[in-house]
Amino acid sequence: MKKYTCDVCGYEYDPANGDPDNGIAPGTAFEDLPVDWVCPVCGVGKDEFSPAE
Amino acid sequence: MAKKITDNISWVGKVDWELKMFHGNELSTRRGSSYNSYLLRGASKTVLLDTVWGPYDREFVSRLRQEIDLKKIDAVVMQHNESDHSGALVELMRAIPGTPIYCTAKGEAILRGHYHQDWNYVNVKTGDKLDLGGGESLTFIEAPMLHWPDTMFSYYDGCGGVLFSNDGFGQHYASENLFNDEVPEGEMMREAEKYFANILGPFCPMVTRKVKEILAMNLPLKLICPSHGVIWRRNPEQIVEKYLAWADAYAENQVTIVYDTMWNSTRLMAEAIARGIRSAAPEITVKLFNAAKFDKNNILTEVFHSRALLIGSPTINNGYSFAIAGLLEMVKGLKLKKKIGASFGSYGWSGEGVKLLNEHLAAAGFALADEGIRVQWVPDADALAQCEEYGRAFAAKLA
Ligand SMILES: Cc1cc2nc3c(=O)[nH]c(=O)nc-3n(C[C@H](O)[C@H](O)[C@H](O)COP(=O)(O)O)c2cc1C
Ligand SMILES: [Fe+2]
Ligand SMILES: [Fe+2]
Ligand SMILES: [Zn+2]
Repeated sequence: MKKYTCDVCGYEYDPANGDPDNGIAPGTAFEDLPVDWVCPVCGVGKDEFSPAE
Repeated sequence: MAKKITDNISWVGKVDWELKMFHGNELSTRRGSSYNSYLLRGASKTVLLDTVWGPYDREFVSRLRQEIDLKKIDAVVMQHNESDHSGALVELMRAIPGTPIYCTAKGEAILRGHYHQDWNYVNVKTGDKLDLGGGESLTFIEAPMLHWPDTMFSYYDGCGGVLFSNDGFGQHYASENLFNDEVPEGEMMREAEKYFANILGPFCPMVTRKVKEILAMNLPLKLICPSHGVIWRRNPEQIVEKYLAWADAYAENQVTIVYDTMWNSTRLMAEAIARGIRSAAPEITVKLFNAAKFDKNNILTEVFHSRALLIGSPTINNGYSFAIAGLLEMVKGLKLKKKIGASFGSYGWSGEGVKLLNEHLAAAGFALADEGIRVQWVPDADALAQCEEYGRAFAAKLA
């Protein structure tokens, strides 16, 4: 599964870790994140993320 | 008046002894502040790092003229473009319009978004260098969300190593002195912690990552020059270590009790709970604050400093008080980690205050210790004994 980086703040979403503080279990692919999921650091939406290099 | 830091670095900022509030009314600055701007003269290039807040723009530019012929400034480095650092840029660029402005791509977007000017922007990334001549250079290090998306640090490899860190490692602390070893350490460190808690607190994961990244570079470091307050000269590592500690779910052995009260019932509860905690666990520091009467940012700093927060409000119109609502909104924004919370309050008939406070604490990321405690009307001796008992039980949960 691919990692994604927030274009605004550089936070990296790693599917292996998920985002447990916000109810996202480890192993959740970026594509499967809920549409209202936001960057846990800066708060922008999924559309401001790009696949990590 | 410029102040000399090293043979080739001068402070050309503004000390603002009058500043009482920052970010509108969001942040109190009880000891004033400074907007630090630095003039770095390399062997072949002269660079200005950051400017000052807009109201001081003319004063800033005219003093800068006394220090240097503005045309001799080869580059302006804008490490972060919030108005307190970029406000005077407009006045400066009027004098030297073509001068390159080095900033991150986000920095350019923010400058454009604020001043709507087509200046000569040069976008830089981590690792990019500005050659200063004489074998020395300024290296840029992007530091997004410390505390805006545009933030970057700059490292100068001359003078034994100087890190320009903008808001990072800063303090809202006015001083006629330049260095940390020239001011009372206690009051200055309290301002450094308040600054961290209120400004950088929401971004702890990024702080940890960035600080570790910089430490791993193993750069020689003689000075850390932030954009507010004094320069770290004596033992600059101390503030770096503090940042690592503050960013890592920081908590001293303290319980902070924050309450509001109309007719003193909730205050009596707060004091009884405090007695209970102290009797069960004398080693715990307990502090009480009336949220309606005390500085909200100092209270937030105390909460940041604590293991646990007890929040109390009378039930008011099926809710809770104005001051408590505002404080909870701010607490939530800090994204505190691993803290324990509980609620209490007096009520008259419906009494939903405590339940609502619990929901807010949970939403703010606190682990709720219990259901909280309510007392109807004015607590009598029995009710106060129950509050003390509640305090003892609360302390036991912290053990
Ligand atoms: C401490 C602080 C926190 C901020 N947090 C956010 C944020 O989370 N999201 C956002 O979109 N903008 C954020 N901003 C940017 C402001 O919304 C922006 O500067 C805005 O233009 C300020 O409007 P004003 O001039 O009416 O205060 C923040 C600004 C500051 C100073
Ligand atoms: Fe800032
Ligand atoms: Fe600032
Ligand atoms: Zn982000």
